[in-house]
Parts: sequence; C-alpha cells; structure tokens
Amino acid sequence: MRRAALSALLSHWRRQPLQLFTLLAGLALATALWSAVQAINAEARRSYDAAAGTLGLGAYETLGDPAGRIPLATFAALRRAGWPVAPILEGRLLVAGERLHVLGIEPISAPVENLPAGLGPDSDLTPADLFLPPGLGFAAPETIAALDGAPDLPRLIADPALPPGQLVTDIAVADRMLEAGGDLDRLLLLPGAPEGTPGEIAPALRRTAPQDQGDLSRLTDSFHLNLTAFGLLSFAVGLFIVHGTIGLAFEQRRPIFRTLRALGLPLGTLLSLLLAELLLLALLAGALGIALGYLIAGALLPDVAATLRGLYGASLPGTLAFDPVWALSGLGIALAGALVAAAHGLDKIRRMPLLASAQPRAWTTVSARALRRQAAAGAALLLAGVAAPLLADGLLAGFALLGGLLLGAALLLPLLLSAALSLGAARARRAAAQWFWADTRQQLPGLSLALMALLLALATNIGVSTMVSSFRLTFTGWLDQRLVSQLYVTAPSESEAARLRDWLKGRADFLPIWKVDLPLHDAPGELYGISDNPVYRSHWPLIDAAPDAWDQFFANEGVLVNEQLARRNGFAPGDPVTLGPGWVLPLAGTYSDYGNPNGQALVSLPLMLQHHPEVPRLRHGLLTDDIPGLTAALHDDFGLPRANLINNETLKATSLQIFDRTFTVTAALNVLTLSVAGFAILTALLTLSTMRLPQLAPLWALGMTRRRLARLEILRSLALAALTFTVALPVGLALAWCLLAVVNVEAFGWRLPMFLFPRQWLLLFGLALLAALIAAFLPVRRLARTEPSHFLKVFADER
Amino acid sequence: MNARCLALLAALAAGPACAQGYAGLGTRAEGFAIPSPDTRLSFPDDHGPHPEYRIEWWYLTANLTDAAGTDYGIQWTLFRSALAPFEAEGWASPQIWLGNAGLSTPTEHYAAERLARGGTGLAGATAQPFEAWIDDWRMASTAMTGDQLDALSLTANGDGFAYDLALTANGPLVPQGIDGYSVKSREGQASHYYSQPFYDITGTLSLPSGPVEVTGQGWLDREYSSQPLSETQDGWDWISLHLDSGAKLMGFRLRDRESAAFTSATWIAPDGTPTPYRDGALTMTPATDAEPPTGWQIDLPAQDLSVQLDAINPKSWMPLTFPYWEGPVRVTGSHQGRGYLEMTGYPAPE
Repeated sequence: MRRAALSALLSHWRRQPLQLFTLLAGLALATALWSAVQAINAEARRSYDAAAGTLGLGAYETLGDPAGRIPLATFAALRRAGWPVAPILEGRLLVAGERLHVLGIEPISAPVENLPAGLGPDSDLTPADLFLPPGLGFAAPETIAALDGAPDLPRLIADPALPPGQLVTDIAVADRMLEAGGDLDRLLLLPGAPEGTPGEIAPALRRTAPQDQGDLSRLTDSFHLNLTAFGLLSFAVGLFIVHGTIGLAFEQRRPIFRTLRALGLPLGTLLSLLLAELLLLALLAGALGIALGYLIAGALLPDVAATLRGLYGASLPGTLAFDPVWALSGLGIALAGALVAAAHGLDKIRRMPLLASAQPRAWTTVSARALRRQAAAGAALLLAGVAAPLLADGLLAGFALLGGLLLGAALLLPLLLSAALSLGAARARRAAAQWFWADTRQQLPGLSLALMALLLALATNIGVSTMVSSFRLTFTGWLDQRLVSQLYVTAPSESEAARLRDWLKGRADFLPIWKVDLPLHDAPGELYGISDNPVYRSHWPLIDAAPDAWDQFFANEGVLVNEQLARRNGFAPGDPVTLGPGWVLPLAGTYSDYGNPNGQALVSLPLMLQHHPEVPRLRHGLLTDDIPGLTAALHDDFGLPRANLINNETLKATSLQIFDRTFTVTAALNVLTLSVAGFAILTALLTLSTMRLPQLAPLWALGMTRRRLARLEILRSLALAALTFTVALPVGLALAWCLLAVVNVEAFGWRLPMFLFPRQWLLLFGLALLAALIAAFLPVRRLARTEPSHFLKVFADER
Repeated sequence: MNARCLALLAALAAGPACAQGYAGLGTRAEGFAIPSPDTRLSFPDDHGPHPEYRIEWWYLTANLTDAAGTDYGIQWTLFRSALAPFEAEGWASPQIWLGNAGLSTPTEHYAAERLARGGTGLAGATAQPFEAWIDDWRMASTAMTGDQLDALSLTANGDGFAYDLALTANGPLVPQGIDGYSVKSREGQASHYYSQPFYDITGTLSLPSGPVEVTGQGWLDREYSSQPLSETQDGWDWISLHLDSGAKLMGFRLRDRESAAFTSATWIAPDGTPTPYRDGALTMTPATDAEPPTGWQIDLPAQDLSVQLDAINPKSWMPLTFPYWEGPVRVTGSHQGRGYLEMTGYPAPE
C-alpha cells in the first residue's frame, strides 16, 4: 500500500516535468547563492585564522635602514648570526607605459602564506622555472594584459588575487629588473627572531613594528555582513519560488490525495510519504545548489580577495578550499527552506476533509482581510526598521533598518497593487478592459509572492547601484581634489632626499609627505606633518571644521583628523586629540579619507619634527605646471630613478581601478538576485496558466481570439512588473540612503552624499519589463496554441 | 607543491613531484659534469664545492656517549644542488643549499633544516681554510697542520636541541669505490666519494633537560655527482660502522623496482687501507617487519663479517620537507661496535 501510494504521488512529477524542474531549480538557486556567500565568508574567516598575525608581508616586524637599501652582505651576516630573516626587494618601474610595482620575494625563506597561489600544491612549475632566467612573475590578469609584449620580463602567470599593477617575483628577477645590485629594501623578522636590534652585526638597521593590520576581523566584519545579507536576500527570493511550486504541486494532487485517503491510506502515512518525497527533492536540489554555489563562490572569490586586500589589506587566497561542514550546512538550509515552503501545504492536507471536493482551484486565495493583515504587518516592520537605528547603534541596527524597509515594503506590495488595480478598474469603460483589470486583480494572490520577490530584487538593485555610483562619483571628485601635487617622488635615501630638496629650489615647490605610524586613540593610525602651503587651504576640503581651522592648524595649535578617526571617537572640533604620550592638541577639523581603514591625523610640519625628529624624510609631492619637463629633469639632470617618480594621473587611475574591482562582487550578486526574481515570476505565471483555462474559456466562447487573449496576458504581465517597479523605486532609494548614511558610516566610518542616476533606473525598468516579458512568454505561447477543443472541454466537463 | 618543496626538489635534483621523493633522483644531467673513473681526487681543492656537478654533500654522523654511558647520535649535513652547472655572485646563482641536522637519544629524536640560495653568502663551502655553513650552522677546519679535515669544529641547532663539537681525525682520508669513483648502479651511474671515518669527538649537546658532555666517534662523507641513481632505483639503505677492532665498514644497498638491489661496500682497515667490494659482495637484509626496517642483518663473507644492527632509537625519522630515517645503531654478532644507518625512499611511519 505504502509503495503504491508513493508511486501514485511521484507519478505527478513524471506528468509535470516542468514543475519538477522549477522546484529543483528554485531550491537549487536559492541554496547556491546562500552557500556561495557562506563559502566565501568561511574561506575568508579561515584565512584570517590561519594567518592570525601573518596577514600579508606587512604583518611582520621588519628590519630596515632609514638611510636606504640594505647590502646583501649585511643580510648574510644576520643570517649567519642566527637571525631568521627573509629579504624583500621592491620598487616601481615604468614598463610598456604601465607603472609596475615590482615585489621581489625570496621563495625559499619567505613565509609560505605570502607566496603567490601559483606556487601552491597543484603547481607543475619546476625549480628551474622559478630560479633560472627568465624566472616567473605573478600578476593580476589585467596587469599581464597591459604588459603584453614588453621585453625583459619574467614568464608571467596570472594570479587574480594580486592587486592590479603589482608584479610578485623571485628576488633574483626583481634584482635584475630594478638593477638593485643585490641590495635589499627590508628584512622580514620571522618567528623566533631575537628581541631588539642586531647591534654591531648591522648597526644601521632599525626595527619597524608590523604594519598596522588593526583588528582585521572587526574591520572586515562589515564586509562579510554585507555579503551575508545579500545571501539571505537571495535565499528568501528563492524560497518564494519553492513555496509557489510546492503549493501548486499539492493543489494539483488533491484528487490523488482524496482517492488515496478514500482507499484507506491513513493521514499520518500520507503526510509522512509527502514529507519523505519533499526531503528527497530537497536533498537533490540541495546537492545541486551546493555544486552551483561552489562554482559561483570560486568565480567570485578572486574579486572578494582583491576587495579585502584593497580595502583592509587582508590577504586571502584566490582559490576556494572545499569544506564538508560548509556543504552540510548548505544541505541543511535547503532542507529547512523546503520544509518552511511546504509547511502551509502540508497543514492544508492535514485539515482537508476526507470527502472534500477534489476539484482543483486556484491554490491560494487571499481575502481582503488577509491582505489588510499582511499590509499591517508590513507597516509594522517598516516602523521597526526605522526605529532600530534610533534605539541601537552599530552595523546590526543598520541592517535591521534595511531588512525592515525591504520586507515591510514587500508585504505592503499586494495591497498597493490591489489598490492600483482597483483604480484602473474604476476608470475602465469597455467590457474587455473591465475584465482585464478585474481578472488581473483576481490573479494577484497567486502572483503576489513572485512580485514581492521582484520588488526585493529591484529595490536592492536600485539601492546598491545608487550607493556604488554615488560612492564612485564622490571618490573621483575627492581624488581630483586630494591629489594636490602633480608629481610624487621618493628619494632612495635621506642624503639623496636632502640633495633633492636643494635641487628643487627655484625649480618647483614641494610638499613633504612625511609620516610615522603610531597608535591613535588605541587603534592603528598614521601621523603626517604638512608644510604651510596655500594649496592645502584650497584643495583639502574639511567636512567639519572650526571657523579658523587652517589658521589654528598652521599656528601649531590644532590637529586635523580623518573622518574615520573622528567618528570612531565621536570627536567634534575643539575636542582634545591625543597624538602621543603627553601630546594633546585640540581638533581643528575633519576631512574625508575614503578607502583608508586606519585613523589618520595631520599636524603642521614643525610640530611633527619636534615630536618625531626621526621621521623618514623621503617622500615629497611636487607642484609644477610642466609635468613631463620636470619628470625628465629629475631623471636626466638629478639622476632620480624613474621608479621613484609617480604622477597623479597614474595614481588616480590605479585608485579607481582598485575601487571598481571592489564592487565587482556586488554587481555580480545584483544580477544573480534579479535573475532569481525573474525566475520566480516565470514559475508563478506557469503555475497560474495551468489553472486559468476555465476562466479564459468563456471569453473565448464570447468571441475573443486566442491571439487577443495572449496579448492581454502579456500586457498584464508587463503592467504588474511596471507597477512593482513603481513601488520598488522609492524603496530602492530609501535603501540607498540607508547604505550611504547609516551602514557605510557604521562599516567604514565615512558618510557619503547621495546622487540620483535616473538613467540607471530607466535601464532597470527596461530590464524588469524584459524579465516579465520573458517570464510571460512560455505560458502565453502555450495559451496561443491551446486547441479549441480544450476550451470546449471546459464547458463539457463543467459540473 | 609549494616553493619549499620546489626548492628542496631542486636541492636533490629535480623530479616531477615531491611525493615521488627519491625515485628518479638525478636521472637527468644536462650540461653537468659526469663523474669519471679517470678523475683523481685532489686535496684540499676537493673539500670545497664542485658547482659543475648537480649534487654534492658534506655529511657527518657521530656516535656519542655521555659519562653515564647513554648513547647519542648526531647528524650534520649540507647538501648543494645546482639548477645549472655554474656558480654566480648574488641572487643570480643557480646553486641551492640545504642543511639537515639531527640529534638522537635513546628516547627522543630532534631534526631541523635550513635552506638558502648560493651566491649570497648565506650558505656555501670553501676548501682552504675549510668551512661549510648554512645560516648559523657551521663545520670549520681547526687543523693547524696536515689536511684541512684533520680537525673540525661543528655546530648546529634547531627546535629543542643544539650541539657544539670538536673533532680530531686519527687516521687518513679514505677514497670509496675505485680511487674515489663509486659506482651506484649496474647501468654505471656513479659518484666521486671519499670519507674521513676516523674522528674522535668531544663536545656538548644542548637538550631541553640541560647540557650533556659527550665523547665518541665521527664519520664524514664527501660525495658529488650529477646522476647518482638509475631510473628504476627509488631509495637506498646506507650504513657506516665503527667496529671495536678499529676497522670501519661503509655499505649501501640501492633498491630497484625492477631488479635485485645494488650493493656496494668498502672495508677500511684500522690503518685506513680500503678494500672496495663490488655489487653482491655485501648483503643487507631487513631483520624486522618495521617500515622502514630499524633492524638489519649485514653479511660481508669476504671479511667474515655477519652482524646484526639495531637502532638505538627506532623513532629516528627526520620529518623534514624531504623525509627519511637516520639514526645511530648498535652492532652485535661476529663484530661489535656502533654506527649510523640512513634509509631513504620509505613512506613516513605512522
């Protein structure tokens, strides 16, 4: 009996392969997006843990010579004295018109975590490839493309995890390219190194603390929370699909259920059979989803890695490790999702009277009261979301606001649509038009879940792209302003720097860019000293300042700090800022400093030199109208290596490149969510179309052609998409505001102005219509091809 | 394959993957010098490096005892491996150096390794004055007269151990094989190989429990080649024995996947006179089921030798990037004594 019942239940899927596909695809897609995000987060967390303290080369204490490079013999002497040190040689080069940051590491002694992924366990590279000329170089794919055809380069291997413009290579290759003559820039102090400085073995060397990684997991938390939110959203959208399909499958099988029950199958058995079937399908879809998620995560990870490195300096491998725990959690969420989606249907079967009519009907009807109840819940969610940031601080409150806004709006959508359709119906005069509006309203309950999904996707899309575009616009403008110098030069040593300053007299104004790294209010920070030059007053915008901020600043009576530091500590102009033991200055003003995870403070140059006379004085910004002339003179007359010069155009281009890569992941997730929503509409329409024959048959009988009916169906789909977009637009803009003014401030410490991009909306509107059109196409084609005999059957079969 | 592994493979002549270990070791020798039976050893020059050969080592083992009679063993090895047959100054050098150090007590075993590029001064060797070093590990001549290798100082350290020893030779340098030309397979692979097996040693071992004063006997092997193994050979078992009679025995067995193992031996009389034996004269048979076998039956009928070797610490596995077993052994049977056993090409013990 049980076997017969099960085969009767399963036969449904044989007859409805499309439905089976929809169910599996929906659940698989939802699981895929959710688990892709989880995989990325897990990978990141794993590498933070594994790296604890060894994040990037910057995580090591280093030995360096303030006066310049370190001779190879000094390095050898240290090693022979038992100091575990690994050499680093780096520099900038102009190759094929591209600025290249050459980072020479010594693969034999460098910490394994910092070696390019290309040297990983699966590499088929040989020692000869690595150590014999031409050697190997690792760089981002776009960097390799830009270097195409340049002579004297090592064999290039793409490594998407590397920042653009960087070439990581063996120190022998770097030595050749940079003509360093064996000299080194710094020595990493590896675990087990003695305390203090080497003393008489290498008296010139100074010990430098690890480059402030700060609390990396705290910094990156916000980024991962962002990703998780996206994953959850996608999963929710996917569940809408599954809910729709399972509901339909249950509804269509009502006759089977009734027959089975009438034949004596106990209710409990029926329910457990259905549950078993559901679990089977969920496992299948879950496995598919995990495979798909793994692929998605693998494809996105290099960009995530680049983002994390660009924003926070956290290093992440560009490849994904497979983790069974992650896979199990993916299966778990697929199962849970399927159960949640099926709970309603199972409950209905439990309560179905044994002799109830087996006639299929629209599987869900929503009374006006239910609609109002849902809308009330939506309004409550909206309010709760708005209240969250008022009641609590932190990123979670920001996300609560986002969640409340999105879900609240989604729940309100059916009521809003219903009202809009009533309005349309009230204005309609002709019978066909009146039927059109009324019928659309009648279909609303079946479609509302899909439309809610669409609303979520559209609003997220608008919100996120407005945020990204606003950020980019602000960032570009800010770069234009902030890069006050036309040329940036770094002298190879202190003596060369002094000679450079002499040489520049009468040729160009220069701005010292001298900084020390130090903790600022218990967090990693950096302190710059700047000279009194009018360009600062005109080019360094202050977002919050005392009235005479610059005067106070250059009178050595104030400090300027970046927005991050000010927000983190709640500074307002006039507040005391501690810059070191016993050194406190009042805050003169705050400036924007996008993309910097650390706190930063500026003081006037005399103050800097008074408190930190040891500050390295190598970097300078030059003010000139003749960039090529001065560049040539610096190189030819002064003898500065080209590697030590960079102009602000190149700097700007590099910054924007990093910025754009940062948001590749966001864009990809955006597109994926929208596709899932499109899929949700398709399934909903397919579901409805199979049940609509009885409603369309009378119209056909009254003389409306199948073509006309089909056209109206398409029109309905478009109208609903358009209406949903109308609601999504304000929701999306509110979302963007939240992201810019609440989430960004909490996550990164800076607030951005919001700009509107109507052209983007238009594009998205077109996309929404296109999605609706594509989704409507299949059911409509089916309708247009329905045999007249089928329409007739409706009347014949009517009871 | 990480870069360490890459480097190590380089250090022991490139193979396609780390996992393959000792199989196919050094079967290619493009551009490198090939050992020749006509070449004669020349000292002190040959104490220094031979960059034109692919691989080379300075390999010292010692059987030591403390005042209470507890057995210890130490190993100090410097490998040189060339990616190309020349030396150059600075980072352009194609030479890679690998240091291995081990210390065995009856219950504990310590191992450490160092890696460095040639041309940089981090590691290397010089013939006169003799010195071989990598980082702060050092083997240097302290000889005032005679051969550079007649007296040495030796230091190394690693996690949990260090040693500082003084070595004095009381016998001559001994060429292995025929005048220092040591054949390694039936296809004719060979190396240049000589030893100083006559060291008396005093010094200090530093252990977690504190310093230990020790005395004992040491054996230095110098060997260089470009293709020491044939393609089907995948590991070796090597012994150096100090017999109580004052005689010494060097023997090795190269295991072959396709045919019988290739063996070779040199009997060294107490006055240093070597008697080399060709393939088959020496038999080495595992006497335990352990893998790698830490007990052996050794027979050299030509010298009426039939002895049993037992590891002083069977857990003398060197768990380094390129792992192998190496530790002191006790000799019993027709002869008594102590010695060292090295076994390569075995899977790591559980």
